[in-house]
Amino acid sequence: MDLTLYVWRQNGPDEKGKMEQYEAKNVSPDSSFLEMLDEVNEELIANGELPIEFDNDCREGICGTCGCVINGVPHGPQEKTTTCQLHMRQFNDGDTITLEPWRAGAFPVVKDLVVDRSALDKIIQAGGYTSAYTGEVGEANQTLIPKPDADYAMDAAECIGCGACVAACPNGSAMLFTCAKVAQMAVLPQGQVEAAERVKNMTEALLNAGFGNCTNHYECEAACPKGVSVKFIAKSNREYIKALGK
Amino acid sequence: MILDGKCPSGPIEKSWDKHRFDLKLVNPANKRKYKILVVGTGLAGGAAAATLGELGYNVEAFCYQDSARRAHSIAAQGGINAAKNYHNDGDSVFRLFYDTIKGGDFRAREGDVWRLAQVSNNIIDQCVAQGVPFAREYSGLLANRSFGGAQVSRTFYARGQTGQQLLLGAYQALSRQVKAGTVKVRPRTEMLDLVVVDGVARGITVRNLISGEIESHWGDAVILATGGYINVFYLSTNAMGCSVTAAWKACKKGAFMANPCYTQIHPTCIPQSGDHQSKLTLMSESLRNDGRCWVPKKAEDCEKPVNEIPEEARDYYLERKYPSFGNLAPRDIASRAAKEQCDDGRGVGPGKRGVYLDYQSAIERVGEDTIRERYGNLFDMYEKITDENAYKQPMRIYPAPHYAMGGLWVDYNCMSNIPGLFVLGEANFSVHGANRLGASALMQGLADGYFVIPYTIGGYLAGVKPGEVTDEHAAFAKSREDVKAQINKLMSINGKRSVSSFHRALGKIMWEDVGMARSKESLEDALKAIPALREEFWQNVKVTGSEGDLNNQLENAGRVADFLEFAEILATDALHREESCGGHFRVEHQTDDGEAMRDDEKFCYVAAWEYKGEGKAPELHKEPLKFENVKLAVRSYK
Repeated sequence: MDLTLYVWRQNGPDEKGKMEQYEAKNVSPDSSFLEMLDEVNEELIANGELPIEFDNDCREGICGTCGCVINGVPHGPQEKTTTCQLHMRQFNDGDTITLEPWRAGAFPVVKDLVVDRSALDKIIQAGGYTSAYTGEVGEANQTLIPKPDADYAMDAAECIGCGACVAACPNGSAMLFTCAKVAQMAVLPQGQVEAAERVKNMTEALLNAGFGNCTNHYECEAACPKGVSVKFIAKSNREYIKALGK
Repeated sequence: MILDGKCPSGPIEKSWDKHRFDLKLVNPANKRKYKILVVGTGLAGGAAAATLGELGYNVEAFCYQDSARRAHSIAAQGGINAAKNYHNDGDSVFRLFYDTIKGGDFRAREGDVWRLAQVSNNIIDQCVAQGVPFAREYSGLLANRSFGGAQVSRTFYARGQTGQQLLLGAYQALSRQVKAGTVKVRPRTEMLDLVVVDGVARGITVRNLISGEIESHWGDAVILATGGYINVFYLSTNAMGCSVTAAWKACKKGAFMANPCYTQIHPTCIPQSGDHQSKLTLMSESLRNDGRCWVPKKAEDCEKPVNEIPEEARDYYLERKYPSFGNLAPRDIASRAAKEQCDDGRGVGPGKRGVYLDYQSAIERVGEDTIRERYGNLFDMYEKITDENAYKQPMRIYPAPHYAMGGLWVDYNCMSNIPGLFVLGEANFSVHGANRLGASALMQGLADGYFVIPYTIGGYLAGVKPGEVTDEHAAFAKSREDVKAQINKLMSINGKRSVSSFHRALGKIMWEDVGMARSKESLEDALKAIPALREEFWQNVKVTGSEGDLNNQLENAGRVADFLEFAEILATDALHREESCGGHFRVEHQTDDGEAMRDDEKFCYVAAWEYKGEGKAPELHKEPLKFENVKLAVRSYK
């Protein structure tokens, strides 16, 4: 299949960017979206032009490195699918595709489709952990955890930290990312001791990093490649209210 | 040179405890005076950096990814082994030790493997304390599943994302230390040289991948936890950025590369679909718990739709060949069996390079919902890639390069032959012998990072004066100049072929001549083809962009340049090892029914290679392997 691409090209954080047009010819429907971009880049290299920079690594949908806004939707048209797992059979011959980086105040553009997501690391550093020392921490089966709680924690822990939720949110909020971690830890006995401190510190870090707050658009859940639910935002908000009294 | 692994003597059950006691300690007040550099933030590096920071050392951690949370440990799906014996099914530290030694085809050090088995239980405790959401039973107890090469149920898991959850646990522990100020993390930074002063590792030279700046970092010890080299095959299950670069640069500075020919080709990967392919995707080995591998008995049935091939016309070849382990035969054996069926003309799918992995009987037995709960995410991933629904028709799978058992040589303390250079996880060669069992990579990464290096590095640092050599030493400036010279050279060639076309070409040589079946002839061909390709690379590669900027082409060019050198040492090792063991299969050395045939008389040793310069043959050093607790035996899974 043949496609027309409009790709955001930007040389650096302080440079002005613009959309450039490229043609992708003879694309195999079995190739992945990033493999399609690889081929466009090979063509650009052959013509002595600068290839498009885009972040990617595992190419199996788990590391959270890749991601761009495809036709206005973070990670593109297929539900619960990262950009690297999107395959070209989702498109039709002759389609026009626009590609842009994550757009959010807290994610400055580094180059082309690459953004700086270090703000997400800062949120985890503020409290997204239990303070367990490495060493003798007690036998694993000593604390029973009901299966529904373990499953709930796992649902929250599925987050891959790609930042699609931020890109999708009209407020550029990282609430889904933050609250998923708060909720995972809050439901587990190991995380409950520090729950109040955690939710306060992580929320503060979120706001300090320049992310907006949540106004219930639910765009984050729709864009999330792992289907992390907005119910964790509600859980985290309850944790926050509880923490205020402490 | 005969190498000494420095394993403690005496009864193996007490070896690690005794060694821990014998190691010198660093006074808590002095720890902060020592600076430790950790390269790589996967399970081994992340766990090491977090734990060393917690102990009070001054730690700097480096990764090429944009966050420490993205290292490729994250992609491990199936699980992590531990000898908890929760199921009363006969597991024990000794059995995990035995299974790992046997699984590795008797080519690993007993002492290291014993320690791994011993600390495996601590890892599970630790991860649970960190809030890792392992799968649980309705009782609230931890759940287990079975994995290849074992007859007990000892694998702990978190859906199909165990690696992700364990890595996030380590990353969160690391984040806690960042907040505490004991660890500085430097993402988007790639190590491009090791700095050695008077034979001692003193620091590293890195490139800031955003600004392109070449920087020096000094440390009282350097830890490499930079993963494996299996991307030398180009198409593999590794991430795009995984490379041999850090390990290879260390090798060029004198560190020995051990057993590079031990490469793992994983049996359950999605077959290649076309030339556009950039990587291969693994389907967790846990799928073989419930899935049955088969191909048609007759070659003429291979093109038929599955439902037109009746039960009696199907060859469940693993169950036929290995009745006691069946579909849970270890990886090397399952991969070779798949290749055999395809070589016999009975493969399925495009190019007839595939076998079926069938869930029909499992779905009939336990229901589709249960299968969905166990493997749902894997089935979804399979459908995204192939557009086929594996609940309705069998998956097609084929072996793919997955893991490197070989790596930098280390002693029992995880220290290389260069004092002050420690190597952890997949980057070292230590515990998996010639074949790694499933769910053992996560175990090794975390064992090395949480429970081994915190002790052994103290033993080293206790004899080192902190800050004795810093980046003001001339060796750092020299290293920076060397790195810049290589980058300038790459930028100035301005040839006609792209970086990835060279990587692809190298991968083709490696897969065809140094892949699942190797012969003297094929290896000699490879040893001619690799230097020729390398020469062309240095004359004809085209690297676009500039060196002072984010430039993925330049990053890859450096990695491919290193693979082009490393590949030769891998093939040399494979040629010298005139036996078949684990993942290393020499067609000249097989039994009548096609099983690997070891030669314990001649090859019961670790082959550690010393780099001698380009165009010169590397020098072989041997570390003899002694088996005092396990009897050397023909490895049988029949």
